[in-house]
Amino acid sequence: MERKVCAHIQCRLGPMRLGWHGTIQTVADVIKMLFKEVYAPSGADKLMFYLAPLIVLIAPFIVCALIPFGRNLVVADVSMGIPLIIAVNGFGVLGILLGGWSSNNKYSLLGALRSGAQMISYEISFTMILLFVVMISGSTNLMSITLGQEGTILDWWIFKIPVLGIVAFILFFISSTAEMNRAPFDIAEAEQELTGGYHTEYNGTPFAMFYLAEYIALVTNSALATTCFLGGFLPPCIGVAFVDNYLNMVPGVVWFFAKVYFMIWCYMMVRWTFVRPRVDQLMDFEWKFLLPVNLVLLATGAAYIVIWG
Amino acid sequence: MSEYIILSIFLFLGAFIAAAATVTGLLLGYRTKNTANKMAPYECGMETIGNARIQFKVGYYLFALLFLVFDIEALFLFPVMMNFREIMAGHTPLSPMIVLIDLAIFIVILVSGLAYAWKKGILKWE
Repeated sequence: MERKVCAHIQCRLGPMRLGWHGTIQTVADVIKMLFKEVYAPSGADKLMFYLAPLIVLIAPFIVCALIPFGRNLVVADVSMGIPLIIAVNGFGVLGILLGGWSSNNKYSLLGALRSGAQMISYEISFTMILLFVVMISGSTNLMSITLGQEGTILDWWIFKIPVLGIVAFILFFISSTAEMNRAPFDIAEAEQELTGGYHTEYNGTPFAMFYLAEYIALVTNSALATTCFLGGFLPPCIGVAFVDNYLNMVPGVVWFFAKVYFMIWCYMMVRWTFVRPRVDQLMDFEWKFLLPVNLVLLATGAAYIVIWG
Repeated sequence: MSEYIILSIFLFLGAFIAAAATVTGLLLGYRTKNTANKMAPYECGMETIGNARIQFKVGYYLFALLFLVFDIEALFLFPVMMNFREIMAGHTPLSPMIVLIDLAIFIVILVSGLAYAWKKGILKWE
């Protein structure tokens, strides 16, 4: 799907051969990956080299289990949902560092270090925004955060707190893009500078695992944005009973995935639209702009609650 | 408790899928002879120079330290923020004013830490 969106932005058709408009291209890619040779380069730490994709893949899987897809559709409804997501997100950095270091390649090492520095930096603003959501919803359980947005479209967290909600949503979007190492924040694997970044030396299925982890992270981050800001599985009611009855007839899962797909589409649009900043610009942006803005946002949110309850 | 068991199942599922894929790749994959050229780490087609375990900048380490401070700080804020609305509404035995002042002191200490790091030039990436 990524390549399709990319192609359309660049006025191309994208993959067309397999299935209807190239819908089963992904399956073909997986089969191709399976038959590629798997080997570790000389001097690589073999155990660490094969362990890294494992660790990278674990993190998005756990987040997946925490997201509520429907009213009774959640795999693990834990009370400490959001802190757990933050903890698990930190896990992914470990895998990337491990993968970069163990390949015995300078590009990999530099890519991994940059990626690590970037991910942990943006993780802070990511955490801060989730803190803001926790503050206005008064819960860390993802299910009750969703249910707190019951009502019309204006009760979603993005609209409920005037201006602040939208600012928080935009900040969340930026920091989650950086958190996932996606363009325009993909200095970790900037092709022109570092060939492939931390997975330069990977090939065959372990490489496919890194790729898979990246795309599952895309889906889970979109799902998280949907849950925290866009009302999760709740339909976008507008307060008119006639319309709302029809909207309520559609099951929540459908609404959820519609919103998730919308978010994924947004991420892809951003990826293929903006240029990549330099590594120092990126770090400056996080520490000298995003972090102070986040603190101000948190303080304003607190003031809002104190004054208007 | 059962939720956490489900979570650990998911953890193993993720690890299992990655491990299974690697093993399938090793079994099904096309094989060639392991020549020295093939196994050499990639370096733009040149012969590899030296070891890749090079020295890197201490700056990365400083960023990691800063991250640690802020992440733990956020973790400390979570319990307060969870009950923030109730504390402010006076539903708890805590006094709203004292909680606010405490929070302000906490944040101010943090921000001064950030300002110190900024002034020391840790945030500068040369």
